[in-house]
Formats: sequence, C-alpha cells, structure tokens
Amino acid sequence: MKPNSFRWCCQVILGFILMSPTLSIGQENTAEDAFSAALSNLKAGSMQERGQAIEQLAAVQKPQATTVLQALLDGRLFTLKTDGQLVIGEEIETGYKLTDAKSAESLGIVERSATQKITVNNSLRTSLRKIIGRLQLNDDDSAVRLAAVSAMGKSVDDQSLAMLRGHLPMEQDESVQKAIKLILGQEQLNSADKTVRLAAIDLLKEQASQNVVNRLNELVEKDADGHYLEADSDVRNQAEAALSKINSQLQMYAGIETLFFGLSLGAVLVLAAIGLAITFGVMGVINMAHGELMMLGAYTTYVTQQLMPNHLGLSLAIAVPAAFIISALTGIVIERGIIRFLYGRPLETLLATFGVSLFLQQTVRSIFSPLNRSVATPEWMSGTLQINDFLSLTWNRLYILVFCLMVFVLLLQILKRTRLGLEVRAVAQNRNMAKAMGIPTGRVDALTFGLGSGIAGVAGVALSQITNVGPNLGQAYIVDSFMVVVFGGVGNLWGTLVAGFSLGIANKLLEPYAGAVLAKILVLVFIILFIQKRPRGLFPQQGRAVEG
Amino acid sequence: MLFKNDKATVWVLAVLAAISLIVPLCNLIFAPGSPLYFSAYTVSLLGKYTTFALLGMSLDLVWGYCGILALGHGAFFALGGYMMGMYLMRQIGNRGVYGDPLLPDFMVFLDWKELPWYWHGFDQFWFAAIMIVLVPGALAFLFGWLAFRSRVTGVYLSIITQALTYALLLAFFRNEMGFGGNNGLTDFKEILGFNIQSDAVRACLLMASGMILILAFLASRWVVNSKLGRVVRAIRDQEMRVRFLGYRVEMFKLWIFVFAAMLAGIAGALYVPQVGIINPSEFSPLNSLEIVIWVAIGGRGTLYGAIVGAVLVNYTKTLLTGWAPEIWLFFLGATFILVTVLLPDGLLGFWQRRLQEQK
Amino acid sequence: MNGLALKPGQVDTSHGPILYLEDVSVSFDGFKALNKLSLYIDAGELRCLIGPNGAGKTTLMDVITGKTRPDTGSVFFGQTIDLLQMDEPAIAQAGICRKFQKPSVFEMLSVFENLELALATDKGAWATLFAKLNGTQRDRIEQVLETIGLVELRSQPAGILSHGQKQWLEIGMLLMQEPKVMLVDEPIAGMTHQEVERTAELLLSLQGERSIVVVEHDMEFVRSIAKHVTVLHEGSVLTEGTMDEVQNDPRVIQVYLGD
Repeated sequence: MKPNSFRWCCQVILGFILMSPTLSIGQENTAEDAFSAALSNLKAGSMQERGQAIEQLAAVQKPQATTVLQALLDGRLFTLKTDGQLVIGEEIETGYKLTDAKSAESLGIVERSATQKITVNNSLRTSLRKIIGRLQLNDDDSAVRLAAVSAMGKSVDDQSLAMLRGHLPMEQDESVQKAIKLILGQEQLNSADKTVRLAAIDLLKEQASQNVVNRLNELVEKDADGHYLEADSDVRNQAEAALSKINSQLQMYAGIETLFFGLSLGAVLVLAAIGLAITFGVMGVINMAHGELMMLGAYTTYVTQQLMPNHLGLSLAIAVPAAFIISALTGIVIERGIIRFLYGRPLETLLATFGVSLFLQQTVRSIFSPLNRSVATPEWMSGTLQINDFLSLTWNRLYILVFCLMVFVLLLQILKRTRLGLEVRAVAQNRNMAKAMGIPTGRVDALTFGLGSGIAGVAGVALSQITNVGPNLGQAYIVDSFMVVVFGGVGNLWGTLVAGFSLGIANKLLEPYAGAVLAKILVLVFIILFIQKRPRGLFPQQGRAVEG
Repeated sequence: MLFKNDKATVWVLAVLAAISLIVPLCNLIFAPGSPLYFSAYTVSLLGKYTTFALLGMSLDLVWGYCGILALGHGAFFALGGYMMGMYLMRQIGNRGVYGDPLLPDFMVFLDWKELPWYWHGFDQFWFAAIMIVLVPGALAFLFGWLAFRSRVTGVYLSIITQALTYALLLAFFRNEMGFGGNNGLTDFKEILGFNIQSDAVRACLLMASGMILILAFLASRWVVNSKLGRVVRAIRDQEMRVRFLGYRVEMFKLWIFVFAAMLAGIAGALYVPQVGIINPSEFSPLNSLEIVIWVAIGGRGTLYGAIVGAVLVNYTKTLLTGWAPEIWLFFLGATFILVTVLLPDGLLGFWQRRLQEQK
Repeated sequence: MNGLALKPGQVDTSHGPILYLEDVSVSFDGFKALNKLSLYIDAGELRCLIGPNGAGKTTLMDVITGKTRPDTGSVFFGQTIDLLQMDEPAIAQAGICRKFQKPSVFEMLSVFENLELALATDKGAWATLFAKLNGTQRDRIEQVLETIGLVELRSQPAGILSHGQKQWLEIGMLLMQEPKVMLVDEPIAGMTHQEVERTAELLLSLQGERSIVVVEHDMEFVRSIAKHVTVLHEGSVLTEGTMDEVQNDPRVIQVYLGD
C-alpha cells in the first residue's frame, strides 16, 4: 500500500542521513594484518591493553574498524565462549544475531549465554567517543561528518574543540563547516578578547539552537548584585540584538508549528468530511451515521491489529482496504435498506440515519464494551521529526496529512476518470435527465453511498492513530465534519478541502488565545455567521438547477 | 362551542387535568398501601413526563407546523433549566458544604471571590421566572433572526441548530462560564421556602407542571388555529409562495421559533426542581434528537400527538433502562428508522387514517 | 421595509407606464438569461409575452417580483418606486402580484383559507395572530369564490382540486391581493376548453382596472386576449406590436421556425 512505500522512502532517506556506513574499497594487506592484530588485542584482559588496542584500531584506515569501535562503545561486542571469535551482536528476542567483527559476515543467531561481552570502563568510553568522532570527522561522507560534529557539540571539551579547530580548514562541505563554526563560536564567547566575542555573537545569531539562546542570555543577565555578567556594553548590546533576531526566528518556527498543527487537524477534518461531501453533494442525503462509519473503520484497525500483534505496520496496511470494504458494505446496506425509501425527504433521511448511528454505536458497545480501545501506533509513525531545536513535527500527524491528500487525489481521480465518476456527476447535476439517459440511478446511488461510506472507514483508520477508539468516536467528529461540508459548499470536493484546512488552522490559531474549547466554539459561531452571509458555502454550485 | 369537532382536544385536556390534580392529591391524601395511593416515585415520574410533554409540544410547533427541523431545541430547555437552577442555588444560602452565604459551593471551590454579575437577581423568584422565559427567547430570537433572514433552510438549518446546542454544550462544560462546569448545578434545598425533597412539594410541582402544560396547550392551540397558524403551515408547504403573497416569512418563522423556545425554557425550569440537577449534558445533541423522535412518533402537526409521543417514548425509556440498559439505544435507533420509513405521520396520524378508511 | 410605506394607490403613473425595465441583464453561470432587456408596461394594459423556451420570460417575472436580482439595469414601479431596493414581500405589498407557472396553492389548507391568506390586509406577524375577518373581507372572499367558480369546494383542502381548478384558485388568490400589476405565468395550462374561455373573459374584464402581463405559449389564447404582444428572444425584446404585426414579422417566424 501507499503509506508503506512512503514510509520506506522516509526510512531510506533517514538512513542515508544518519547512519550510512561508508564503504571504501582498496585495502592493503598490511592494513589487514594490523586490523587483525588490533582485534585480537581487544580480547586481552586488562583495560590498559584494551585501551592500546583501541588506539591501534583507530589507526587502521578501515570502515569496519569504526563499526567495531562503535559496537564496543554500545556494548555490542562479544567473544564466543566456544572458540573466542570476536563478534558483533544485535539483540533480538531469542538471543543475539551475530556478525563477524572482522569480516562483517553474518553468523546466525545464538543464545545470550553463549557469548561474553567485552567491557569498557568510563575512561575508555570517553576516549572511544572521541576516537569515533575523529574517525568520523575524516569520513568521506559529509553526512557522517555532520553527525559526528553535532555529537561532539553536545558535550564540548578542550580536546574535541582542538580537534574541530584542526579539522575546520580541511573541511569542504559548507554545512559541516557551519556546524563546526557554531560550536567554536560558543566557545569563543568565553574569550577574553572583546572582538573575538563580538565576532562569535555575529556568527551565532545565524544559528538558532537552545544552547545558543542560553549562552546569549547569559551575556545579558545580571547577577544577584545587579552587575551584568558581561562587563562590556558593546558585547551586551550585540547580544541583545542577536537575541531579538533569534526570537523573531523562533516566532516564525512557532508559526510554522501552528500551521502544521492546523493542517494536520484540517487533514483529519477533511478525511472525516469528504465522504460526507460526496453523499450530501451527490445525493442530497444527510448521513448522520457517517461518524459511526468512521468508528467502524477505527474498530477494523483495532481488530486487524489484534489478529496480527507482531506486524503493526502490516496490520495497518491491511486495515485501510478492510475498513474501506466494511464501511462501504455497511453504507450500501443502509442505502438499499433505508435511504432509498426516503429520497426527496432530506429531513426524514437525517432522522433515519441518526437511528442507524445509534444502532451502530450500541452494537459496537455490546461487542467491544463501552471502554475505549487503544490501537498501537507502528514505530515508524510514532516519535517526532526533529527539524531543529525549536521545531519538531510529529510523524503520525505528518503521515495523516499525506494520507489525507492521497485519499483526496484518489477520490478526485475516481470522480474524474472512471465510468462510475461520470455517472455520479451526471446524477448529481440532473437526476431525472440522467435517468432518462439510461443511467441506473439506483445502482449509482448505492455505489456513491458506498464510496462515501468507505472513505469514512478509511478516515477511521487514520483517526485510530491519533485518538482513542471508542463507541463515541464518530459523535465527536460529526458536527465538525458537517461544518466543513457546509462551509466549503455542498457538492464541491475542493471546497471541502479548503474548508477543512482553513477551519483546522483557524482552530489552532485561536487556541493559544482562547483555549481549545473556546476556540472550537468561536469557530462554530463563525460558521453560523458565515452561513448567514453565504448560505451556500465558500464554493457554491452555480446555475439554475440550484434555484429550485 | 369552543371545542366543537375537536373531541381529541377534550380528551387530552381531561387526561391532563386528571393527572395533574388527582395523582398528586391521592399521593397526599391516601396512605401508602391504599389502592388509591400513588407513590412519590410515580409522582416524580409523571412530573418529569409532563415537562417532556411540554417540551415535545413546543418542538411540534416549530417542526410539525412550520417545517423547521430544529435539532437544537434541547438547548432552550437546558437554558430554562439553568435559570431555575441558578435560583435554586441561591436558595441554598449558607447551607452549602462550604457555608458561604453568597457564593454557591462550586464557586468557593474554584476560589472565586465574587458572585459573577449574571448571577445577581436570581435570589428573587420573580426575576428567575422572567429570565426562564426571556433568556431562551432571546437566544432563539438572535439565532432565528440571523438564520431566517438569510434564508437558511432545510438540512442546513437543522445542522446549524445542532451546532448551536453543541457549542453551548462545550461552553457550559467550562468552569470559567460560572455554571458549575461538568457537574452543573445540584444539591438544591428549597424552592419558594419549601423543602424541595418533601412529598408535598413534589406533588405541587406535578400539579404546577400539569397546569402549565394545559395552559401552554391551549395557548398553542389558539396560535395554530389563528391566521398566523395558517400562514405558518403555508410556509411549511410553500415558503416561496407565501413570500409572494406579501408575508415576511422570516418574521413568522421567528415568531413561532421564539414562542416555542420560551415554552421549552419553561419546561426546562419545571424539570430541574423535579430531578434535582441540571448539567451540561442536557445540551447534548442526542437529547435534542430524542425530542424529535417523540414528536415523530406521536405525529407531527398535532399538538397532542407530541404529548402522547413524549410520554410514550419516555415511559419506554424508563422501562427499558431499568430492565436492560443496553437495549435502549437499539430501541431508540430502530424507532427512528421505523417511524421515518413506515410511519411518517406518527402513531396518531396512522390511527386517524385507519379511522377514515373504516368510514 | 421601504416598501411598506407605500400604500397601493401611490404609484406614480403620470407618464403612462406603470412598469419600467431598462437595460436589465441577468446571467447564470455565463448563460445570459436576460440581455439588456428594456420593456415598458402601461397602466391598465393587458400585455402578452411570447417567445420560445429559454427566451427569458420566467426570469423576467423573477426580476420584477424580486426573486432574482439583475446584474445590471433598473426596474421601476411607476415613476418613483425602485423595485431593485425591495424584497419579495415588499414588492407584493406594493401591488405587484404573481401567478406561478406551476400552480402552487397551499394544499393542506382549504380553498377558503387559501383566499384568506391572499387577502390584502396587514401582513405583519402580530397583526396576523389577532386577525379576524370583518364583513367586507368576508364578502370579498365570497365574491372571488364566485368568480373562480369554487363556491361549492370552499371548505375542501386545495390539494384535492383538479389542475384547472388549482389554476383558478391561483387566479383567485391573485385577485384577493388587489394588485396594481398582475403577472400571470401560463394561466391556461391543464384547463378545459370552457375554462380557457372563462379565463380569457376574466382577464379581459380586469384590464383597464389593473395592468396584466400574461406569459403564454398557446397562440390562439394570446390572439383572443391581446392587443399588444411582446416577443422575447435570447433574453431581449425581439419585436412588439399587435398579434398580426408580430406574426408577420420575418424575424419572429425565423425564431420560431428557423432553428
């Protein structure tokens, strides 16, 4: 499925950025020998010998050496009890998955008890970190170098500073240069030379991070006696200016974050409303059970997850089509069983579908209990995308945003390019004419309703990732999604999209000032007032047909 | 004669009068165990049904006669209830848990120092009584004036009425609103100086509810039989045509909407002292939809149909929730579907048609 | 509210015409329903509007009665009353009343009640609540019931009437409003031959007293009542004149028969 391939792309990209090992070829025999010797020394007893072995390994110009050092640091380097072979182990449920430390060949899985960990003490650990950092600084891949620099930046000491200072002139890559300068700049703030300090501030103000802000704040603060910590007023003023510049940058990040939250809320609203827009726009039917069809989709996710607890990602991928089918079938049953007897009586349809919604709610309550069920989020969807110290976006909301757009595009294509879409649009525009031309309106109605309901189910899958799954899930969204449809203009998918996103953003913009509940109320009141001005929404359908 | 050709009305009035007089009197006069004794439980149950009947009838005016499917009618009921609740809270005085002579308990709990301005005056019953009618009426006026003037009709109107009550639900959940937040207003002690828990007061409340229902029924009947009633029915069937006859349709809709909202407010005010609590859940859209089903079951456009429907559905609810609570929603859902598909005129409409066919 | 101030009788027709439409254009979604149409109706005149489907006849009535706002142009009632500033009820109360193409009587109300609602009187909500028919008003309703031949059916719900009877009831409702200008959209559709003749008689008897604009497809009927005929085509006036003049106009023949 699509979300999976997206996830795959993300992982690949991420993988390249963060941990891609460099595979330099061209080894010499001497290096090979030195490597073997160093590895066998690692197994030696005393910490001192081990330290020397580490130095030897560091001298070997081989990527595998770096890997071994990293494994040592992480506590993943073992000897096998049987033959003393040096291996790197990766912990899995049943034991360790081994690779040979020297050749990187896979050696299969062994029990934990079959291995002996090679331990390091604190001082070794410190020197390991530095050595790895230094090795990585010399790496051919600029991404690895960048990662090394930022790792060093987290705990600065003289040695690493010296290392960075030495490396800077050789560095070709601009972003790595910048990162090094940033670390050095923070250090230079301590300089006794005023011009050095001023230059450092100049450099730092381009680089917003929590550390920088803290350091700059130190410069403008007073101590307990009311004296400035920084004696020089020029430096203080410069720091003030830099801070205000960074602050405006921070505001921008806050703005971006609000926008993101708004868009992701909007995406949820669009997902919830778009199926409704179809049934309402095409058939003039208000489906009050729409929220419950979303609920069915969410419960479908829950059930698939229960069936395959070890494959969260796969279960989610299966849940999407499953939820579509289940909700769509339910929708078709509702349409054929109830709604088709009520065409031309929109208010009655509203009441009958409300009855359906109560029925579905109670059914779910009876089967799954009234308590909320939690649906687990796959690993690749949890956590955040850290863009910098001040801006991080949560993955699940990002995925939902993308998912929403995909569903929207897919739906648009269905309506535009398929036979069903053509018939649906024909019926929407002029039911009688369509019938006269031989379009089976009954079948089109059923399929349209099924399509709208199926999308509700898919929306339910998305919802299950950000909220609790319970019998009342649908109710919470029904009023909102109606507002989106009404705001956007009935029978216009683009209107629904724009309306959903703008309502989402409006909600999130208001929240800091008014609080979540009041923001929601304000938005509702706004829509009520908006309908006064434009009773047919943002993008009304035009023409004479509407007048009747 | 006043009720010529209207046997049904005479019957409804007779039954209502009997319930509102005989039941409470029997409750007070006869001892428990006597065959003529009605228990306090019956009295309070009937009192509750009576207020629901009034509420259902008020929605019938709007929906059955004017064709406006208001999905937020419960909001006016709840507002009337809150007005009464505020009066009852002020009556508690210093008998609350915190013993503050002025502030209700929840305000003390929230560490408020002063009574909010909108709580002033509610220590007087006459003031509360005016507000019970005025506040729901004013909200209905404001909302209706905006909605009807811009010709929002049909399902759009239904949805924004639902949004209205939903917004109020959210608002009243907030502690900052000063209406007790989540818990609402409760722990009432006295009404007009009498112990609200006593049998006599309960009996009187049923009597008052019954009398007010009868008065409201007569007033509503007069309204729907007036020329205004005919204009309103004409609007239900051919809104455009009425406009071309020179009537300002929005004014008529507004009139009936506000009138109905006031009746609903009164119903809410009578309801609260009988159940002893008012909280934001009364604003929930589901409550408003239940009112719709009372009217639909009883039969739209007949005032007594709404009364019959309200009592019938609520009696069933009492039975079912006592017996097997999970069945109630199944039942309610099924009722919605069956009534709209099979009984569009409700039980009374169905019955009347059967009678006509037999003739 | 501006319309309410004007009582019937205050319409200034000193220059002859009672309705002035000048350069009126209406478009729906790019389609020009009316295209710079100009039309004058004299006080007391009986005018027939004809034209093929889509010529803009119904849209024209919509514009006059306030249902549709034109994009450009002006519409005046007499010399002074700007109809574009008024909404439908105000226009109706000012004295321009309309019979719809599709009969739209109130089917749940009785014939009598239909006429009662149309009665020219104070139409505010409170006044309506307390309204009671006085003697003159009752007589007026009786008189109209007689005119439209529905005396027997007075207490029946309008829903049971035949199509022709509904048309008559509509005309009766028009009469009850005592309008200055009557806009009559397809009055004889669904009527028997006798009913058509009576309709023609009725309309002829009303002219002079009121201005009447009739939209009709039935040429025979138009010929029997109209002195003055206006032909609409593609949203503007193609030609005007007597029935004979119009029927011999080559452009009219082209429009009706050509394409």
